[in-house]
Amino acid sequence: MKEKLLPTLIALTIAAVIGDILILSFGQSPGDVYRLLLEGTWGNAYGFGQVLYKATTLAFTGLAVALGMRAGLFNIGAEGQLAFGGFSAAIVGLWLPAGTPAVLAVPLCIAGAALGGALVGAVPASLKARFGASEVIVTIMLNFIVLAFLNWIVATKLHVAELLHTPDIHAGAVARLSSVIPGFHGSAANFIVLLAIAIALFVGWYLFRTREGYELRAVGLQPAAAEYGGVRVGRIWFRALVLSGALAGLGGTNYVLGYKQYYEEGFAAGAGYLGIAVALVGRNHPLGVLFAALLFATLSQGGLAVNAVVPKQMVEVLTAVVIIAVAASVPEVQRLLRVSRKPA
Amino acid sequence: MSAPTTQVPPHAIRAQNIRKTFGPVVANARASLDVTLGEIHAVVGENGAGKSTLMRMLAGIFPPDEGQVEVNGRDVTGWSTRDAIAAGVGMVHQHFMLVPTLTVAENLILGHELKRGIQLDRAAAEQAVRSLGAKTGLVVEPSRLIADLSVGEAQRVEILKVLYRGANILILDEPTAVLSPPEVQDFWRVLRKLKSDGGTVVLITHRLDEVMEISDTVTVMRAGETVGRVSTRDASPASIAKMMVGRDVVLAADRVALGAVKAPVGPPAADLPPPTRASLELRPPTPSIALQVRDLVVASPRREREVDAVSFDVHAGEILGIAGVEGNGQTELIEAIAGLRPASTGSISLGNFQLTSHSVRQRTDRGLSHIPEDRQRRGLILEYTIADNLILGQQYEFSKRGVLDRRNIDANASTQIKGYDIRPPNAVLPARALSGGNQQKIVIAREMGRPFSVLLAAQPTRGVDVGAIEFIHAELLRAREAGKAVLLVSADLVEVLALADRVAVMYGGRIVVVVPRAEASAEGLGPYMTGATKGAA
Repeated sequence: MKEKLLPTLIALTIAAVIGDILILSFGQSPGDVYRLLLEGTWGNAYGFGQVLYKATTLAFTGLAVALGMRAGLFNIGAEGQLAFGGFSAAIVGLWLPAGTPAVLAVPLCIAGAALGGALVGAVPASLKARFGASEVIVTIMLNFIVLAFLNWIVATKLHVAELLHTPDIHAGAVARLSSVIPGFHGSAANFIVLLAIAIALFVGWYLFRTREGYELRAVGLQPAAAEYGGVRVGRIWFRALVLSGALAGLGGTNYVLGYKQYYEEGFAAGAGYLGIAVALVGRNHPLGVLFAALLFATLSQGGLAVNAVVPKQMVEVLTAVVIIAVAASVPEVQRLLRVSRKPA
Repeated sequence: MSAPTTQVPPHAIRAQNIRKTFGPVVANARASLDVTLGEIHAVVGENGAGKSTLMRMLAGIFPPDEGQVEVNGRDVTGWSTRDAIAAGVGMVHQHFMLVPTLTVAENLILGHELKRGIQLDRAAAEQAVRSLGAKTGLVVEPSRLIADLSVGEAQRVEILKVLYRGANILILDEPTAVLSPPEVQDFWRVLRKLKSDGGTVVLITHRLDEVMEISDTVTVMRAGETVGRVSTRDASPASIAKMMVGRDVVLAADRVALGAVKAPVGPPAADLPPPTRASLELRPPTPSIALQVRDLVVASPRREREVDAVSFDVHAGEILGIAGVEGNGQTELIEAIAGLRPASTGSISLGNFQLTSHSVRQRTDRGLSHIPEDRQRRGLILEYTIADNLILGQQYEFSKRGVLDRRNIDANASTQIKGYDIRPPNAVLPARALSGGNQQKIVIAREMGRPFSVLLAAQPTRGVDVGAIEFIHAELLRAREAGKAVLLVSADLVEVLALADRVAVMYGGRIVVVVPRAEASAEGLGPYMTGATKGAA
């Protein structure tokens, strides 16, 4: 575990140093800017609420990508799956009659989101399992198809006049955290964050405690050995991609059920793609993914907080630096550690 | 430095007090090597004894942390591969470094292209290969593609490549691992020729019969250290083996392996250690057929009949050995029986159970165990712990309602680690951290430490050290005593002759001959292995 954390921590330190240089180049003090960034995020309830909200969506997409990675699959389709999951949740919420009790409506809407994401995931899943088609290409292409389809259907069939979103859902809304902790007032943070944590725990349990998780990780590490161990590799690929889609789809509930109570075009806004970075920084471990989701959410929200002193884009650059540093650290540092552990 | 009293022949290589660490791991400590000019010098030792590390420092691949390396009397410590080649030191690695899409001649001159204007002078290159081949006996047709060569031919090209660059000190890392017995004999002729032309050869090997046959001097390494240097004349296989492992060793294949390949095949091993584990239920050998293969045809992407109408039976309480040069369909045969590769036609039965198109798991459940030939790719998941590797293929048995039964898995691990002496005895270590021999013990423990009726053992002792070979051979014989049917595939004819009740030879996808052990000998079977003699199956 220590060996696994070390490269990431080194990479994050390097990223912070590069951040210092960037800030200095704007003639600002890095200490001041970082303090401002922390004050605007973890320093007050509203900022922290926004971080939690953003982290929630990222946690789902990060888990989705991580689960695929564990099976040796690169699911780049989280963006489309997230959007379709949100849309499906909205459809269920619109279909349910107003006044449906929340105990019934909320789980149904959540299930709808998971099912929607899973449906989108099932496309690359069946192509991969049946024909060995590259999931990378299929999921990339499918993102465009799904997003275009959603735009079309919302714009032509479901939108509120003059706007590009669906009507408000009749049932299935999830309460904001501010309803219990007033300090969060104004932030979008809602109880879906608990679902994210629960799902992360579930994914951890599934991967490391169940037989199927054992088989799934075996396929990801050494497909030939998994096959030898009686694992049907194609079947595992199928399940992993469907499940990955479902996880990304669940991310849609954060916006649709917890925040706006409608589906709006473009709400995913790159959270699906950022999920790849979240999984990478989180080393494909569910707890690591939660941590990484918080990190990227903090950077995203912090960008707004420091906008007065340095351009908001600076934080975007910093996010990119974090991704590059961690990505570079993964194979390189790991290989070095491995060599030192066992010589030729 | 050296005593001037005797006429010490000049040293080609002299390495002293070499220390090399990789992070916390000490690969070499107090390692030394003295190679006399013009000799064939064998370096032996168990896996992880630091042989390859030492050789790589000689070849300039990395520098030692401490110590001194001299070549032809010149201090060359920490030199580069370029320096080494310029000084005439060439290393041939275990894994070939040839470009498969280029011809022999093109590979040979790669990096030193002969040109005519801006054009490659192919004729001159081919001529160079021919004359070098004639001189050394390493004959390969220069215009053939590397991809079309046999492993033995590819190895010749590797050596030619090093000689072409002017090497007169040749370092060979386990060169015979891929060769059939006749090819090995040819290879010895080449080495002797090189020696008589004034060349010096350093040879890494696991095999003591080769040491005895070819070398003038032996250096023995253990745990990174040089523990002995003896003249081969004054050594015996037993004394070398003892130095290697630091204790006395009984090889199951002793009687044949250590004398010479020519020695007659020994009697069936009667001095088996008594079975200790309860998991093997003892049954007297019965004549019943445990594994039956009929007219089996298996295709590969390369060839339609990789296994070409093969039929045989393995009886309970019998070891059927399949000898043959690798790449003659053995891999495909084993994988088809294990369910990893579809059979085109033909049938496979386990007892009365027809399993030709059943899944891997169904076959396992019916009592099929399988030690795969490539343990690092198939047999183990290197990142998984020892405990998790010990249940691979048994994950259904070790889970309840889809959840892994940790307690059971851990209990199984501690039993197996003890029963099979897996070291280090720490169930949570990843398999990657273990030596080759101990990795193989994980596979053996898993496949043989549970009830089974038929065992497929493919290259079970490849790349493992002497101590583990001894153990694995004893296990195979014990399984036989317990009434199991064992199908043993090995590229090592000596191993097959030592263990099998009947010996079959595979060549070109067919079983070309089957003989009882009493009638089997290396000389008799050698021609079948190279396709020189076609027998009735």
